[in-house]
Amino acid sequence: MANKFIVATAPHMHNPHSTQSLMRDVILALLPALGLSVAVYGLSVLYVTAIAVVSCVLVEYLIQKFLFKGAPTICNLSAVVTGMLLAFNLPSNIPWWIIVIGAVVAIGVAKMTFGGLGHNPFNPALVGRVFLLIAYPVQMTSFPQPVGDEYVDAFAGATPLAALKSHAIEVGDVNLLNMFAGIMPGSMGEIAAAALLVGGLYMLWRRVITWHIPVAVLGSMAVFAFIVALTQGGGELLYAMPAFHLLAGGAMLGAIFMATDYVTSPMTPKGMIIYGIGIGVITMIIRLWGAYPEGMSFAILLMNAVTPLINKYVKPRRFGVTTAKK
Amino acid sequence: MKTFPIGGVHPSDNKKWSCAKAIEVLALPDVVNIPLGQHIGAPATAKVAKGDKVLTGQLIAEATGFMSANIHSPISGTVTAVDMQPNGQGLRQMMITIKREGDEWMPEIDRSTEVKRECELDSAAIIAKIKDAGIVGMGGATFPTHVKLSIPNGCKAEFLIINGVECEPYLTSDHRTMLERGEELLVGVEILKKALGVEKAIIGVENNKPDAIANLNKIIAEKKFPIVVEPLKVQYPQGGEKQLIAAITGRQVPPPPGLPIHVGAVVCNASTAVAVYEAVQKNKPLIERVVTVTGKAVKEPRNLLTRMGTPIATLLEMAGGLPEGEVKVVNGGPMMGRVMVNVDSPVTKGCSGITVFSGEDVRRVPTSECIKCAKCVAACPMGLEPYLLQRLAAKQMWEEMEAERIPDCIECGCCQYTCPAGIALLDYVRLGKQTVMGIIRARAAAAAAAKK
Repeated sequence: MANKFIVATAPHMHNPHSTQSLMRDVILALLPALGLSVAVYGLSVLYVTAIAVVSCVLVEYLIQKFLFKGAPTICNLSAVVTGMLLAFNLPSNIPWWIIVIGAVVAIGVAKMTFGGLGHNPFNPALVGRVFLLIAYPVQMTSFPQPVGDEYVDAFAGATPLAALKSHAIEVGDVNLLNMFAGIMPGSMGEIAAAALLVGGLYMLWRRVITWHIPVAVLGSMAVFAFIVALTQGGGELLYAMPAFHLLAGGAMLGAIFMATDYVTSPMTPKGMIIYGIGIGVITMIIRLWGAYPEGMSFAILLMNAVTPLINKYVKPRRFGVTTAKK
Repeated sequence: MKTFPIGGVHPSDNKKWSCAKAIEVLALPDVVNIPLGQHIGAPATAKVAKGDKVLTGQLIAEATGFMSANIHSPISGTVTAVDMQPNGQGLRQMMITIKREGDEWMPEIDRSTEVKRECELDSAAIIAKIKDAGIVGMGGATFPTHVKLSIPNGCKAEFLIINGVECEPYLTSDHRTMLERGEELLVGVEILKKALGVEKAIIGVENNKPDAIANLNKIIAEKKFPIVVEPLKVQYPQGGEKQLIAAITGRQVPPPPGLPIHVGAVVCNASTAVAVYEAVQKNKPLIERVVTVTGKAVKEPRNLLTRMGTPIATLLEMAGGLPEGEVKVVNGGPMMGRVMVNVDSPVTKGCSGITVFSGEDVRRVPTSECIKCAKCVAACPMGLEPYLLQRLAAKQMWEEMEAERIPDCIECGCCQYTCPAGIALLDYVRLGKQTVMGIIRARAAAAAAAKK
């Protein structure tokens, strides 16, 4: 027989998913938010995103080629995702060179230093963002006015969370519907709660992520806000406070896209829920009593640090340990 | 609809190639090779020598001890050799070679097709007949059926579960058997119930075989069989014994050394039930079985009623031959089947199908870094962490692997199937499991020796 027999151990079938296809799905899931951001802030959004993506990919390519001297890894598209997420965490009017520095920190320091994809303990895009926030606080927190914004007077370019922190507004003053639609000042990608939710549903449908982390993060934030509202007298606050905190700042972007980063989040469903609750609670503590108006990035990075510990101690449910029903 | 509680994957079932093909009787082979070890346990002991004349159904090798199985001649003719021959994996194994002359059967075998329902035998007599007929689990595990039916002291069987799940993609031999030999199957189930002394029997069938479910239910209604058919949600590895018991009863077999009987369950494959019927009611030993020959590039996928010992090449020819170029010929299904290098090797009792892969399907997907996506953890039906076991095995950290309960692994392959980075998780896990089981056995032996 002229056949060549190939030998391997089972299984002989494989899921059509690959690292590349998962990353491609994440990119697709980010597109609605990108589109909405363009509608709110104009074409500069695309410019910032393009610079961030190109610099992230380039940095990874160069390090892989000249420092690691290995086969190129950019085809797995993870650098594109990091670039997009980094861009989503920036104001749309940020100078290009700050974006490039952010990309070098995100990919060069936070990812490749540890050995590249799969080895980084912290979410690269968030490390980049937090570095920029600390290094260039002015550029990172002055946001352009949304196109067609009608309630800018109250905010004067500050995000709702910053305005709340400086007591320029109260929770009750905010138009929650506008916040849901993304008509508010903020980082490019975090304003569009509606579009981010669409992306999240897409990722759930494609089984890129599971529900555990987003639900744990957003759920714990809502419960926390509800309890705080109770202590502040209740009334309208009981729904306004949770809704405000879920829609403001990086809550949606963080819960759906940043906290769910595979590499830096726990491996078991129980672990994911613990991790998600940790993020939600830390975020709310920073928002309500911390120095910064927003705490999502810090909360995720802190919980990233706890992930190895969670993986060590939180084990999946073992088959057969539940006692038989009589 | 019921299914098992933890993990699982949904590979495309690829049953369409062969599921509509009625069982055909394959022409008698001219020469057969019968391996003495084609079941779990000790290989059988040859009872014939070169030059002996044998009849179809005649005992040619006897079970060596309790955990073993008899083997019978699938054809009539002359024994031409009892020697070492290469098996499907190319390893030499003791086999009996018989050259066919005519088709003469042992006189006590009833070859009529009429279904005989009444069975007057008691439990012990039924089990003895099953043991004599050399019946083993035909789903692929080849566990001797008489051992399964002999309930250990202190345990009690509460129900019989018949495995008609056939969760392996591609394979359709059980499906066709349930469709075409439904009544014999149900009589076989009644006999097994009697052997076990249980009242309840449940046939688990995945919902991708609605015609088989309907057929069994129709016969149950018409002929009044006290047997239940339970449709199950399609999910691999539902045909795993522990998964099937959990899906149907909600009871989970305790971790090793826990056995199904510890939750009161005995599981038998659907085709095995038909073999039991034939053995007990027709005195016919296990000398033939239905083998699915299938694959995307196979010209004529078929379900063939094949005598044991027939060269697999004969079945492949019947299916239109192997496709051009690189091929992967798998004995069994794609999730757990074993690759063959020698297609001249024979069909054995556990061979439910021959799956042929060609083109890009023969190669594994490229491997990249683990991205800790947790898909393997979510897919594992035993609640293990395959990514961690893989790392520990790669570092040869056997004690840690034992602490991570590696003996629980059923080697279903869900982890490797689902890994987006294409990591050969099961290769490492299997290596670790074998090593750790060896360590555990050695420890038990040392402890036993110390006691003396």
